[in-house]
Parts: sequence; structure tokens; C-alpha cells
Amino acid sequence: MAELLRTHPLQAWAGAFERLPDTVRLTAEPYVAMVDVRLSAVGAEASAALGLDLPTAANTWVPTDDGRAVWLGPDEWLLTSTTEAPEELEARVRAAVLPLGGSAADVSAQRIGLRLTGARVRDVLATGCSIDLHPRVFGRGRSAQTTLGQAGVVLLSLSDGGDDHVVLVRSSFAGYLADWLLDAALEFTPTTARQE
Amino acid sequence: MQLIPCPWCGPREEAEFSYGGQAHVPYPDSPAELSDEEWAHYVFFRANPKGRFAERWNHGAGCRRWFNAIRDTATYRFERVYRLDDPKPGVTELARSREEGTAP
Repeated sequence: MAELLRTHPLQAWAGAFERLPDTVRLTAEPYVAMVDVRLSAVGAEASAALGLDLPTAANTWVPTDDGRAVWLGPDEWLLTSTTEAPEELEARVRAAVLPLGGSAADVSAQRIGLRLTGARVRDVLATGCSIDLHPRVFGRGRSAQTTLGQAGVVLLSLSDGGDDHVVLVRSSFAGYLADWLLDAALEFTPTTARQE
Repeated sequence: MQLIPCPWCGPREEAEFSYGGQAHVPYPDSPAELSDEEWAHYVFFRANPKGRFAERWNHGAGCRRWFNAIRDTATYRFERVYRLDDPKPGVTELARSREEGTAP
């Protein structure tokens, strides 16, 4: 039997991403461990147990030591870690929130990240999503769960200049979203770059 | 497309939401004692007013939370959105927020 290698859902799009200009740069982010946390009461206890302050303001995210904590709902968060294995992260977070009546589930396989950088990515995103992406209201630390094209996504803003975003999308929708983004980026790609 | 103000996420496209019918329909105190007719009234019978209607909505593509809204069924105007544990706003309160221009 042939050996099955673990591949990234967007591996086949890497070439197309490379041909994009610097003003619209798409990069598939490597796999990270993600855990979905449900916790009703957030206080000092939860912060101490988790070692981080969960964002309580709607539609925000905060950086952690090795990842991000994203607000998904008034009692729901997404924690990511670039250094821990999914099982380790799940076990650690579960041990922290279980005594407080919360729960943690490993959802690493659910979403993958797409990094969008460049001066025109805001225009590309705006072609398929109705939320206000102006840096004045969508600066660093803001997030949004919305639809981009036809795919449900979590949008994270990484800069105050509006030129650095991460899109978390379900793995099975990643190919669709990559095609959609490439199509939307065409409008902002110089003609010379298209002919390569 | 109409924008619906989610109490958590702010104004979002109508397509992100799903409708949940009439709000504030109390579950019967003693469901086992209801007759079939009374049970059918609880399950199927809903108000259908022309004008302000308290409804449940779900922000499915965003925070996935249920909330209540006062919507005018004749104009589609959302007069107020409020969280499930908040009380239903009264008529005078709605009229005041409309006069002051604070309605969504």
C-alpha cells in the first residue's frame, strides 16, 4: 500500500500564490494546534489557570506566548499554539478550565490559516465581505466571524495599517477560498505580472 | 442587503442570520397535563401581527448566538435587538428610542 503523506490542503495552490504581486500576498500558514474553549465565567481564576487573559470584548483577539486567543462568542474562545502538539494543548487547557466548569476540545483539524499581506488585501477582502475593514475600526487585535465569498471564516487583523490579515477557514473550504481569493486578487494584479 | 445589528457582533448582513419565530413563548408549566388541543396551541399557534413583533434570531455565520429582536413586519425595520436574558422592551421605551434616534 502506498504511504499516505500528510499534505497541506493548499499545497497545490502554492505556485499560484507565488505569482501574486507584493501588494496582494497570500501565504498558507502551517498547521497550528487549536483548541475550542467553552467557559461561562471569565475571571482572575481562569486567567491564572490558563496563564493568559481571555479577551472578553466581542470580536477581538489577543496574542499569547506562542499563539493567539480569539473571541468566538460570549462563552467561547479559540486558543492556538505554534509550539505545542494538539493533544498537549487540549490536555493542558482542559485541565485548566475543567475545575471552573468549562470544557476544551481539540479542533486543530477544523481550520487552516491563510495570511494576507500587502497594501491591497483590504480591497480584495472587501470584494466578498461586508464588514468595515478600515484600520480605524479593524486595527490590530480585532477579529470577525463572517462570510468571505460563500465560506464562513474567522478574520484576524494583525496590523494597524490594514495590510496584514489572517483568514481562518475550514480545511474543506480552503481550496474554494484560495480560488476565490486568487480571482478577487486578479483585479489588483498588474497586467505584466499576469502574463508570467 | 439589509444589515441586522447582532447584539454581540454589530451590524452584519442578513444572510448571516436565521429566523427563529416568535419570542417569549413560555414553555407550559405542566406539559403532561395539557390536552392535545392545548399542546397544539403551544407548538403551532403563533401571533402574526402587522407591525412590531418580538422575534428570535440566530447569528449563524458569526457568534452563533440567539438573540431577540423587535422587528416591524410591515417595514422590516429592526427597532431593537436585545439579549435573551434581557426583558422585552415596552412600547413607550421603543417609541422613546425612535424619537431620540437611538434605535438601530
